Amino acid sequence: MSERLVADLRVVGALGARAIKQTFRRPQLMAPILVFPTLLLAIQVGGAGRATDLPQFPEVHGFLDFMLAGAMIQATLLAGNSGGIALALDIEMGFTDRLLAAPIPRFAIVLGRLAGSAALGALTAVWFIAIGLLFGARIEEGVPGALVMIAIVTLSAVAFGGIGAAIALRSGKASVVQGLFPLVFVILFLSTAFFPEALLLEPAKSIAEWNPLSFIVEGVRDPVISALSAKSFAESMAALCFVAVVALGLSAAALRARLRTGG
Amino acid sequence: MPAIETRDLQRSFDDIVAVAGVDLEVSRGEIYAFLGPNGAGKTTTVRMLTTLLRPSGGSARVAGHDVVEDSAAVRRAIGVALQEAALDPLMTGRELIQLQSTLHGLARDEAKRRGAALLRRVGLEQAADRRVGTYSGGMRRRLDLASALVHEPSVLFLDEPTTGLDPVSRKAIWEEVEKLNREGTTVFLTTQYLEEADKLANRVGIIDNGEIVAEGTPAVLKAEVGHPHLEVVVADGTAERAEEVLARFGKPLPAKDGAALVELERGAAGVAPVVRALDDAGLLVERLDLVEPTLDDVFVEKTGYHLEGAEDAEAAEAAIEEQP
Repeated sequence: MSERLVADLRVVGALGARAIKQTFRRPQLMAPILVFPTLLLAIQVGGAGRATDLPQFPEVHGFLDFMLAGAMIQATLLAGNSGGIALALDIEMGFTDRLLAAPIPRFAIVLGRLAGSAALGALTAVWFIAIGLLFGARIEEGVPGALVMIAIVTLSAVAFGGIGAAIALRSGKASVVQGLFPLVFVILFLSTAFFPEALLLEPAKSIAEWNPLSFIVEGVRDPVISALSAKSFAESMAALCFVAVVALGLSAAALRARLRTGG
Repeated sequence: MPAIETRDLQRSFDDIVAVAGVDLEVSRGEIYAFLGPNGAGKTTTVRMLTTLLRPSGGSARVAGHDVVEDSAAVRRAIGVALQEAALDPLMTGRELIQLQSTLHGLARDEAKRRGAALLRRVGLEQAADRRVGTYSGGMRRRLDLASALVHEPSVLFLDEPTTGLDPVSRKAIWEEVEKLNREGTTVFLTTQYLEEADKLANRVGIIDNGEIVAEGTPAVLKAEVGHPHLEVVVADGTAERAEEVLARFGKPLPAKDGAALVELERGAAGVAPVVRALDDAGLLVERLDLVEPTLDDVFVEKTGYHLEGAEDAEAAEAAIEEQP
């Protein structure tokens, strides 16, 4: 590995570590990542546990097993939003200028933020797996299944973090990124995160069928409720790649525009 | 080779011209102050010189590198402390310095050693592990300054380094800037405080509406707008005689607040003969002041108006001089 690449990776690592510390030190960034999804999971499982009795509901050990994937992806979507807010705050307070005036590749600013998102995604996955197991969920694929879940959730945190970063770089305003918070729930409810596709009504059903989020959720859910399927995993990875490429492309374009205009 | 060199440097934002063709040449080891009111184009110029903003026209070289063609080399050579210390309030002082060291490619051990030395240098050793959000304005500026020095830059840009600071903090920053300059660092600072420019700078550039309207050493600029004048207050009923005496030593100026005024071409060196002449004439002198032209006089002469904040700065300067 070249010396330059090692130095750049150190920069991305340092910025990622800062992003993680920043999240833990600012409760308004941390709460949406772990607290809200955990509460929603508890309310949904506690209040709608008998949904598994509905006809066409997938064969599951319990409602918690079904809901875990949705909670995890909800957490990563909100982590992406929180990451975007944090980046926009950096822009507002001028901290991004400090980074732009340093001799580092400028996209390292985005990659550092996404490295932090990845770590928070992995933490989120471990948190929900632990909560699930503690409250009686069963991961059918065992440890390998759990590792697949962690991997997909981690990557989804990067992909959704890219969207948050793109919006932050484009707008430069934390209030704009924060304003998109409700959109996270619209996207979630128009996917299979909380309801099986078979039980959705039109047009939500058709939207959920093509919503990349549905493929990602199913990739996380699959090892919990059934044997790991290559098709589900491949679809999940393809959807993740699609979101990540779009998000990183938008981030790069937004950063270029910001550099051109001077922010 | 100059440390900073610009040729017809321009920047517009849509229809608004922020910088309208600035030519600059700052020598190595010099402290150059860019003086102007808010919105004059100071910060836009600094942002172009520090590669944060692409010029709309013209060219600029910093530390021998073109700011557009070789921006990475410029960033390696410069230290930047931007307006209103852009610091993360959630980080500790030590964390910020170490992050800055990593950004400049210092190895972990070197970053720790250098960070500790810089924190000690700016008097923040005790507060190093506190979050920046708990720092006073002066502490933030000192931390910002320290973080700009981690890689020992050859050119240091300070954008309004003391705006809003109390006199003690301002004095501390001035001392540090002077020390850095003695160590060989070229300093380019923007300010809206006349005294700051007067005290620190080897040369001053006055910018107004995006154009440099005057440039030179403070002494030369002040000399351009006039000579020092002597203000003399004598006992009641003898003012006319005092004016007659003073007229022998230079161009008489209109009396002001009961004081007789005369322009002294020789400045301070011309005071003693005047005092002797007043004494020989048997005049009782109650007050005698030699008033030097200020950069504010220069500013008024060149732009037609007073610089915002000049009075505040004068008050702050007076407070600084009262410090032990």
